[in-house]
Amino acid sequence: MYIYDNYDHQMLEERISQFRDQTQRYLAGDLSEEQFLPLRLQNGLYIQRMAPMLRIAVPYGLLSSTQLRKLASITRDYDKGYAHLSTRQNIQYNWPQLEQLPDLLAELAEVSMHAIQTSGNCIRNTTTDQFAGSALNEIEDSRPWCEIIRQWSTFHPEFAYLPRKFKIAVCGTEVDQAATQVHDIGLYLLKNEQGEIGFKVLVGGGLGRTPLIGKVICEYLPWQHLLTYLDAIMRVYNLEGRRDNKYKARIKILVKSLGIDVFREKVEAQWEFGKDSQATLTQAEVDRCKSFFSTPAFEQLPNEDEATNTALQSDLLFKHWVDRNVDLHKQSGYCIVTLCLKDTGAAPGDITDRQMEFVADLAERYSFSELRVTHEQNLTLADVRTKDLYEIYKACKTESLATPYLGLLNDIVCCPGGDFCSLANAKSIPIAEAIQRRFDNFDRLNEIGDITLNISGCMNACGHHHVGNIGIIGVDKKGAEFYQVALGGDAGREARLAKIIGPSFAQEEIPDVIEKIIQIYLDERQNDEKFIDTYQRLGMAPFKESIYAKAD
Amino acid sequence: MPKLIKDGALIENNWRLIDKETGIDSLGSIDNKQLIVPVKLWLENKELLSQYKDTIGIWFDSDENPALLDDDANNFPIIALNFPSFRDGRSYSHAAILRQQQNFKGDMRAIGDVRRDQVSYMLSCGFSSFLIPDDMDATVLLTGFHDFSENYQSTVTKPTPLFRRR
Repeated sequence: MYIYDNYDHQMLEERISQFRDQTQRYLAGDLSEEQFLPLRLQNGLYIQRMAPMLRIAVPYGLLSSTQLRKLASITRDYDKGYAHLSTRQNIQYNWPQLEQLPDLLAELAEVSMHAIQTSGNCIRNTTTDQFAGSALNEIEDSRPWCEIIRQWSTFHPEFAYLPRKFKIAVCGTEVDQAATQVHDIGLYLLKNEQGEIGFKVLVGGGLGRTPLIGKVICEYLPWQHLLTYLDAIMRVYNLEGRRDNKYKARIKILVKSLGIDVFREKVEAQWEFGKDSQATLTQAEVDRCKSFFSTPAFEQLPNEDEATNTALQSDLLFKHWVDRNVDLHKQSGYCIVTLCLKDTGAAPGDITDRQMEFVADLAERYSFSELRVTHEQNLTLADVRTKDLYEIYKACKTESLATPYLGLLNDIVCCPGGDFCSLANAKSIPIAEAIQRRFDNFDRLNEIGDITLNISGCMNACGHHHVGNIGIIGVDKKGAEFYQVALGGDAGREARLAKIIGPSFAQEEIPDVIEKIIQIYLDERQNDEKFIDTYQRLGMAPFKESIYAKAD
Repeated sequence: MPKLIKDGALIENNWRLIDKETGIDSLGSIDNKQLIVPVKLWLENKELLSQYKDTIGIWFDSDENPALLDDDANNFPIIALNFPSFRDGRSYSHAAILRQQQNFKGDMRAIGDVRRDQVSYMLSCGFSSFLIPDDMDATVLLTGFHDFSENYQSTVTKPTPLFRRR
């Protein structure tokens, strides 16, 4: 992974002392609430229902064992023993004390971590696919490019006071697990006919109040021009994005109102000036960044492991876990393991200090001391020997981390909701739990098969409900918490937005509603059809009919 | 006259900022005065004001585009860009465009809600002077000059990005 040099350390230290000074001036009354607000937000600090919430940046989801151990000790010393993995691959603390923050941030800096630009109207943490570098049939490893974007976007002097927040995702894998098309900028790595690397650039995607799929602004951007092109897009947005209404301020609204062709013309007019300037990327810089993500010291191993195969035959639960949570690796004898943090009874994406230390040890022992936070709020060990799978599984069982639900109905993506978040209209965690309890049977879940279910506590859509096969969103109905249900969303390369079925439901009705949706699917599916395929074939009507049918 | 920081030092401010409400008639005699006029006033009185080449500057609000000056930017000794609120970031881009695309060489002044915590970013975008709000201590603003010693990016003041230097 990327290792900070003196420049990175120095800038991080300068930022910490800058924020320390800002906090002191705020506490002394020299900075007003209004003046302090964007400063604390750009340092990751929200004020929530119960306490401040601190969002720690995990650049493109990548963590070392050392970093995760530090996060575990912070969880224990500054919080209540658990932290939350967000849908943007970051980690959130719900209970830090304001006066302890400088110390907390200083501890984070010891392991090259921080909370910079995790909030506020600036360029946020760049995200990517959690299988980057390990996936089968990968087009190009996205991590070096994410690191290049991380450095370009960090403390960018021109774009710290944008009309609204700005999120960039990069995807170099065949299957897109980064929800690339619903980002302000989505970048797909691809090769031209000469085999040269470039980017397909999408702009104006996003969820929230006005969900939109990004539009293609450039079919093939040679890699050298990545940063000058991003600068041009950002400049047009900074100057022309709406600032009169925060609900219309995202770049998606600008792109939609201008139309992609006019927007492209404006970007290209700006790019004329920046193109081929010194900001143009060099092979040396790309090589430097790539050197941090070189292939680990893989052993030469046969693809199949005999002992593992024996265990698969003798231990059915292990087989379930492997079938669901283990993916193919580009290297023979290796595989990708994802630990599902969706154990019923715990909030989706929550992890305890003890579990963090356990996973840090696992990664150190079995996966070159690295792991990834996924945007589905799970943890991936990307480079595991197939022959170690059974040991890993048995160890995970002791820490409630062997849930074989990955990609199944109970692998729910869920925001913190009304239990924590001051923006939420409704709670989301209890909804997730009620659904998980209703479907808590592996055979049944496995029978239903691949499906995504996303829950957000409000239209800000942190739970990405617009791109869930089933999406649930909390709404306020005359002061009471209600839930709308939507169907047909997809976050992948064929991104689609879910459509609301009809009138909203009370909290206690939700498990029955989900049950009816699933039953229609099971009754109607043909052959190996996944839920989303059956929905695409049938449309909304049969689902709607079943849910809203009046009892005779 | 409000205080001014230019090229890193607190100096006397000789330029009078004319607000948007002031008409050309109420300016009185222009001789021997250094004035920064709103772009609208300048556009409406181009012929008259052009005679005072070295003593007329121009200022733009954040929703007014300095690109309209095109190559004429360097006819002005000073161009000021307003921050109606420190949260309105448009003047950062206008500043960078004036320096990088219109090749403006004169004094570029940040006016309006100019605060200590944004001044290092303003410097990187090419601002050379800062009009200090009445409620602000100039020495506090000066401390903001040194928040960061380095930039990752290519900036107006340091066009060679860090990756070409490290």
